[in-house]
Amino acid sequence: MRVELDEPKCVASGQCVMAAPEVFDQRDEDGIAFLLEEKPAADSLDDVREAVAICPAAAIRLVEQ
Amino acid sequence: MADTLTGPAPETAAPVPEFPMARAAGCPFDPPPALQAQQDEGRLVKVRLWDGSTPWLVTRYEDQRALLLDPRVSADITSPGYPLQAPSNGKNNISFILMDDPEHARLRRMVTAPFAVKRVEALRPGVQKIVDDLIDDMLTVGGPVDLVQAFALPVPSLVICRLLGVPYADHDFFQENSKTLITRDAAIEDRMAAHGRLLGYLDELMGEKVADPGDDLLSGLVGRVESGELSRQDVAQMGVLLLLAGHETTANMIALGTLALLEHPDQFALLRDTDDPKLVASAVEELLRYLSIVHGGRRRAALEDIEIAGQVIRAGEGVIMPNDIANRDPEAFADPDRLDLTRDARRHVAFGFGVHQCLGQPLARMELQVVYSTLYRRIPTLRLAAEVDGLPFKHDGSVYGVYELPVTW
Ligand code: HEM
Ligand code: SF4
Repeated sequence: MRVELDEPKCVASGQCVMAAPEVFDQRDEDGIAFLLEEKPAADSLDDVREAVAICPAAAIRLVEQ
Repeated sequence: MADTLTGPAPETAAPVPEFPMARAAGCPFDPPPALQAQQDEGRLVKVRLWDGSTPWLVTRYEDQRALLLDPRVSADITSPGYPLQAPSNGKNNISFILMDDPEHARLRRMVTAPFAVKRVEALRPGVQKIVDDLIDDMLTVGGPVDLVQAFALPVPSLVICRLLGVPYADHDFFQENSKTLITRDAAIEDRMAAHGRLLGYLDELMGEKVADPGDDLLSGLVGRVESGELSRQDVAQMGVLLLLAGHETTANMIALGTLALLEHPDQFALLRDTDDPKLVASAVEELLRYLSIVHGGRRRAALEDIEIAGQVIRAGEGVIMPNDIANRDPEAFADPDRLDLTRDARRHVAFGFGVHQCLGQPLARMELQVVYSTLYRRIPTLRLAAEVDGLPFKHDGSVYGVYELPVTW
């Protein structure tokens, strides 16, 4: 599984960092999210799914590959 | 007479319910029953506002989230059909919360940095100190005290003042004026005057930051005026928005949250007896869901025809999305009317949804985590010093809560 982040959509809510801190972080200059881990470990997948569900801007996707 | 005969046929459908509706006596934490009942009427129903307009009410969690994400809905109060909360002079003067992208995004991104999760986490020890000192003061003075004035308001006010670079000594001034500004029933002249005083205050403060910049948010914005990215007026309006949103909301969550816990002693005991940060974090989310204090409903106007839930919202029609009923939607939360601090409530929409979702949420969460994990542990015998039914609830505010909360121990 691979995580995709649509950066221009991000509104810096921080929800993904709270749900999956091992996978997401925020830029210092404007709080926009970036990926720490593009292919998260299996035991992080539930956290990533939660991040997908609560991202207010629908900016995160989890894709099969 | 002839005119009436040839005019449009009178409406025969059921009368359109008035919005907002009143909460039931004795149920201060629950959404108005007539509002909750609309969920059974349909996913989209029409309601009538104070000005006679009849926007759509979106009753379900899922549809509210879909619409709040949809770029075809506008948060701009000057868009045709926008469902106004109160009389307005037709101008947007409270910054990006009432703007659409791309201008909304441009302005919002200028102030997001200090609210990032890790930046906020670094403020936690300072907030813990503020909370501990205020509790020390209460214990020294002794009960009964009004928890709103002694604790719930000072905590977020001190925090947002520090972050913005606003002197806390002026809190009487801005609390007084922001109270007027967010009271639904206040006369428009009074609200405008209060807003004018706040803008003037921020403008004056900007002058001081030009002369003597600090490392606060306002000084940073003043730098953007100097570089030509923002006007002075933009900054004053953003400053008022942040100052207002930064203390009114969290203060109400502290006071109303405490009342809800005192009325649910088993849940109060959970927080009083725990030192598990996970349970505390989960309690914060559940109280946000259960209380949904920003209760006026997210308001938007359709810019194009939008098909949703088997209906078409026409371009130029207003849409209202009250998060209190979304957060009590049985399709989204099992047994939704029960306060259960151990449930996973993270998907609530108490901070809204879509591009306008609360900018200050990491800060609000951290403040509430510190408060809920400290206040009841340090004052385990905390109790109400008044009758619940006699408490002055903020039915008339755009943010729900209590004006006063007498407590003792
Ligand atoms: C528990 C406390 C809080 C609650 C329940 C809350 C709730 C909300 C809600 C529901 C919205 C969405 C408005 C809309 O969609 O029309 C919002 C937006 C906003 N909130 Fe909060 N808020 C809280 C605390 C804070 C704090 C501490 C700040 C800090 C400054 C803040 C700043 C803002 C701002 C600037 C916006 C506008 C965001 C935008 O339009 O992009 N809020 N808040
Ligand atoms: S949850 Fe979505 S909007 Fe919020 S920071 Fe993460 S990617 Fe950005």
